[in-house]
Amino acid sequence: MAGTKHIQTLSVNASTKHLAQVRDFVAAHAESIGLSSKEISEIRLAVDEAYTNIIKHAYKNAPTEKVSIEIGSDSSKLWISLMDEGKSFDPSSYSNPDLKKRIKEKKRGGMGVYLIKKLMDQVQYNRKGETNEIRMVKNL
Amino acid sequence: MKNFSIATRQQNNVSILDISGELDAHTASHLENALKSLIDEESYAIIVNCSGLDYIASAGLGVFMAYIEDVRSLGGDIKLTNMNDRVYNVFDLLGFPTLYDILEDEREALQSFRN
Repeated sequence: MAGTKHIQTLSVNASTKHLAQVRDFVAAHAESIGLSSKEISEIRLAVDEAYTNIIKHAYKNAPTEKVSIEIGSDSSKLWISLMDEGKSFDPSSYSNPDLKKRIKEKKRGGMGVYLIKKLMDQVQYNRKGETNEIRMVKNL
Repeated sequence: MKNFSIATRQQNNVSILDISGELDAHTASHLENALKSLIDEESYAIIVNCSGLDYIASAGLGVFMAYIEDVRSLGGDIKLTNMNDRVYNVFDLLGFPTLYDILEDEREALQSFRN
């Protein structure tokens, strides 16, 4: 069905309790449009990392805050947007993680953004009023 | 945490953690507590058998990052075994195979602790 757009939305509280639900939500959409199991795994992980970053960094583990998730697809691409009203993320302040150095310093984290960039074809951060959006696109 | 479980066993002075299900920011604390307990008990030869692990996110990898240095400085190691391809791919994307001992099979890991 060329030209047809499929869009689904989900609103969840910002809590790691909902991670599995969020992954299953995007996986169900990806599966319904016939993506491969490899692509479905990549999308599950990308949304997990983006949602986890919102929980930890935008909302600093405040589980009453809300995150809106939209997934859509057409014949050429699949996109996922996550929206929050927390602290915004400045992608220019981010550098790729040096694993060896982090291990030496016993640091963890800071790898989600890097993974998302590896797993998806495009990643954009937008700020509209009080709303932050991360939009991730996978070409089909 | 119904989607993640962990069990500990001992073999030849090596502690083996069998992990299964989905390891993410929600379930990572479960693995962290198990690793901490082993370190508190001075068990530094550790194998994490991932044969039942269906999924891992970076929060799960972060647990291994936080403890490997301590365990190695105490003369031990955390060796990872029996990963499925999808799980291995996440470790690989983040460059873990050059810094961690990731082995096909638990027996190889037991053997390498003996050497």
